[in-house]
Amino acid sequence: MDGKRPLSFYILGAFFVLFLIFLYGPTFTIGILSFQGPGGGLTFPMRGVSLHWFDELFQTQAVGDIWGSFRRSLALGLMVMVTTVVLSIMGGLAYRKRFAGSNIVFYIIMASLVIPSILVSLGIGLIFSQLGWDVHWSTSGFGAQLTWTLPFGLLIMFAVFNRFNPAYEEAARDQGATSWQVFQHIVLPLIAPSLIGVALFGFTLSYDEFARTLLTSGSYNTLPLEIFGMTTNVTSPVLYALGTLTTLFSLSIIGVFLCIALFIQRRRAKQGSDAGKGMV
Amino acid sequence: MERLFRRPGAQSWMLVSPIMLILVFFLLMPIGMITAVSFWGSTEFSIYPAFQFDNYEYLFGSQVVWNVFIKTFTFALITWAITLSIGFTVAYFLTFHVHTLTWQITLFLLCTIPFWTSNIIRMISWVPFLGRNGIANQSLIGMGLIDEPLEWLLFSDFAVILAFVHLYTLFMVVPIFNTMMRIDKSLIEAARDGGASGFQILTNVIIPLTKPGIMIGSIFVVALVMGDFITVRFMSGSQIANVGRLISNDIGLLQYPSAAATAVVLLCTVLITIAIMLRFVDIRKEL
Repeated sequence: MDGKRPLSFYILGAFFVLFLIFLYGPTFTIGILSFQGPGGGLTFPMRGVSLHWFDELFQTQAVGDIWGSFRRSLALGLMVMVTTVVLSIMGGLAYRKRFAGSNIVFYIIMASLVIPSILVSLGIGLIFSQLGWDVHWSTSGFGAQLTWTLPFGLLIMFAVFNRFNPAYEEAARDQGATSWQVFQHIVLPLIAPSLIGVALFGFTLSYDEFARTLLTSGSYNTLPLEIFGMTTNVTSPVLYALGTLTTLFSLSIIGVFLCIALFIQRRRAKQGSDAGKGMV
Repeated sequence: MERLFRRPGAQSWMLVSPIMLILVFFLLMPIGMITAVSFWGSTEFSIYPAFQFDNYEYLFGSQVVWNVFIKTFTFALITWAITLSIGFTVAYFLTFHVHTLTWQITLFLLCTIPFWTSNIIRMISWVPFLGRNGIANQSLIGMGLIDEPLEWLLFSDFAVILAFVHLYTLFMVVPIFNTMMRIDKSLIEAARDGGASGFQILTNVIIPLTKPGIMIGSIFVVALVMGDFITVRFMSGSQIANVGRLISNDIGLLQYPSAAATAVVLLCTVLITIAIMLRFVDIRKEL
């Protein structure tokens, strides 16, 4: 490499920067606009700078049950996250061996990704109503969201186990470890960083899910449903303030997960053996 | 019991059984239920079990419905073409022009972070841009390019496709980047040594080797766009219909049998489209 970049680098680099602006620009814009003064509207110019619209969010009467829906979304997100992580590990382990029917199960999992969300929502709603059950975010909503998060978790685990070196497990087994010990002390630590990824998918996809929860959450809304309801009757920057807050929440969740993954990586690098690297 | 447990595959089946239970109850049975209800009848106030083809007859006999299906395909096709061009270019830049792994991962993460934030908020965030007095119109007037604000920016086909591209380009970037990163760089050197031009390397080496990633991304984008109803509703200000909106309108009117029939036709359309695309790639090999 002579260190000089070809012209195409600068053209593609510019394209990439434009793409990032396209991705993030609108979000930053509503971030700025959420600090509109009390007299400000939905677009520029800014009429003063204030926290008025954030303050409005805390006046429960003004905008509906935002905090209740936030608590529900948080609880549901955690439920979906834990279930997705556990079931994805199990599924990943199952697929390390070929088994009768593995292809069919695989195609059902993939179908879950491409079947339009509204069908899942409608179908579950119909089943519950015919069975005489009430739809509720923690039952029907929970199941509906799993059909969206599980395939992502499983895809990650399939990819992880496809690249997994079985030599470590064999070594442990040769030393007399039971299969549970092999899993607990060898497999689990090795796949831990990917599990952070699965957990991140599980939580955020659930927290932001809209279409599958629409007909399955019952009379208590989750946050995305509440926000969508607001778009039809709230026409003030309070919408931006809410958007900014929940985006910040999502970003801090992503940040926390990335930090955990990084921390695991660091610790592993520090404690890692230098066996096989030769004498220095 | 002991013998059953020792049979090959028994352990795997036990491990996948919770997943299967969930998918059977929350995915396959609902689809079965929709199929059944699509043959039911309905009055203004209630629905009743039956086996009649009225819902389908109405569906296939209506010119409006045909137009809506064509609209849905058009959205899918245009969004696919745009997201593919952008996604391929971005992945190409990350893979072949960014030289250190740390930077590749950092920039890649920057592209994927919006995926983990709310789609609804990301749609709402276009409003200050595209509105009649929005940033786009203000700056175009400011530059003297137009005298009157453009009316077709928000609540139009343009807005819908813009939002689709904004939301779903990530689904192209990720799989294409994933396959591109696995291309052996020596193949490209070999092609260059053999006298291939940059363009020839792109069309004869990189694109064929990236095809699986392209197909996976395409399947995601096409399935998401065809099954969407909320983006179209929000970005068109309820002025444009796609198939998803037909379904959600029927649901709103409690016309479940009619909604179910439309849903069945939509599902078949999506699955056939994807089956055709799958002929070009083996997904399990790509993981």
